[in-house]
Amino acid sequence: MMIRTGTALLAFAVSACLMPALGQTSGLAFPKNVTAGSAFTIPTNGAGRATLYVAGPSEVFKRDVQLGQPLVFSASDLDHAGHYLAVLVSDSSTETSEFDVVPASQPADLTFLARPSRLPVDLQNGITGAVYLFDPFQNLIVKPTPVSFELSVPSGATQTRTATTNEGAAWTEMNSATKEGSGKFVAQAGNISATRIIQQVPGDPCGLKMTARKVGDKLDLVTDPLRDCNGNAVSEGTIVTFTESWNGGETTVDVPVKHDVAEVQVPAYNGARISVATGVVMGNEIRWEGQ
Amino acid sequence: MIRPLPIFLLAVSATLAAAQGSVKVEPTTLQGPRPLARQTETSAIRDYLEAWQNLSAALDQNRPDLLSEGFVGTAMEKFTATIDEQSKLGLHARYQVRSHDIKIIFYSPEGLSIQLVDNIEYDEQLLNQEKVLATQPMHARYVAVLTPTEVRWKVRVLQAESQ
Repeated sequence: MMIRTGTALLAFAVSACLMPALGQTSGLAFPKNVTAGSAFTIPTNGAGRATLYVAGPSEVFKRDVQLGQPLVFSASDLDHAGHYLAVLVSDSSTETSEFDVVPASQPADLTFLARPSRLPVDLQNGITGAVYLFDPFQNLIVKPTPVSFELSVPSGATQTRTATTNEGAAWTEMNSATKEGSGKFVAQAGNISATRIIQQVPGDPCGLKMTARKVGDKLDLVTDPLRDCNGNAVSEGTIVTFTESWNGGETTVDVPVKHDVAEVQVPAYNGARISVATGVVMGNEIRWEGQ
Repeated sequence: MIRPLPIFLLAVSATLAAAQGSVKVEPTTLQGPRPLARQTETSAIRDYLEAWQNLSAALDQNRPDLLSEGFVGTAMEKFTATIDEQSKLGLHARYQVRSHDIKIIFYSPEGLSIQLVDNIEYDEQLLNQEKVLATQPMHARYVAVLTPTEVRWKVRVLQAESQ
């Protein structure tokens, strides 16, 4: 859109080789789109001096103009994407124009949000990642751009996903690996990548089982090595609960896993029933008959 | 996820709505696995509209301090730089928004960002001291990324797209 006031109108011819697309065909002829951080030139007609103002929320500048001379914009003049108003004020007229500065297409930075940082193994779609892509001037690259996501673990298959950004954003979901360990979660667009570490820890114990043997006047209770359903040793310190019931009495002991097993000594009551559990996982039950 | 949300005016106060011009919210069409609760949607749009008011006032009065309530990060830095430059040049700009047409398009899976697009019609007036240099009716499509803070959503990216 262009508004003219005054009688001495400035007529600007446009150099086609320098102008990708024009917002208008006469007057203050800015390109419709200017790529952020690019140099461009606008030829001007007329004579005398004028002042050019370019204003948008993200950038503003003012420049003295010699009419009849080309307006030269260097690469550093306009590098913030947005919609701009240009105003050319001379003694006899004011002209306005609108144009857009669009982001550069080459990613220079990406914001990578990955969650969670720690989760159990073998969880379907348990890991999510989202990225926002930015050009060298911190403009959000809204043009659809491919992004690859890769989750690798030291002892497992690498998962790969690809996505295309929509308005600068892309996301994905990944399964946690079946083996515990630190996973590298990488998002990449062009030559830019960001890495997050995802700690994959064992899941709940699978097949919790204990045995009992008499040691003096006590019972020594010890679990088999605790593993999750994928064979990963459960974390040291996982609490295992032993419960002994006899003639209306009951004793409960919480024991942390140490070197893959939980072990405790309890009084050896004849006829006692002893159970074991950890979290929501129940183990076997033993009835002690004084063997 | 597509929710059959009718076009509605959110619970935006009458004062706010009047200052912002008309506000239309399109049905949310989300990409991503995380559902967006109505309360979250309402809060984000309310905070986004208030951020626009903050921006308009800050650019008109050349007061970067007015930005902090609605903006963080890149948006805050860019608009602060603009205001500093306006002050140096003796300029200020008035953005009188006539209408917003907003659509939320992305709620990131971990819940740490909301993205929306907004077709805005506004008048931009550029002034040198108090002399009006130009007034231009504008139409632009903005994309915004909001992130949660302790008490509100703040705008981290606000950028007009080419149409």
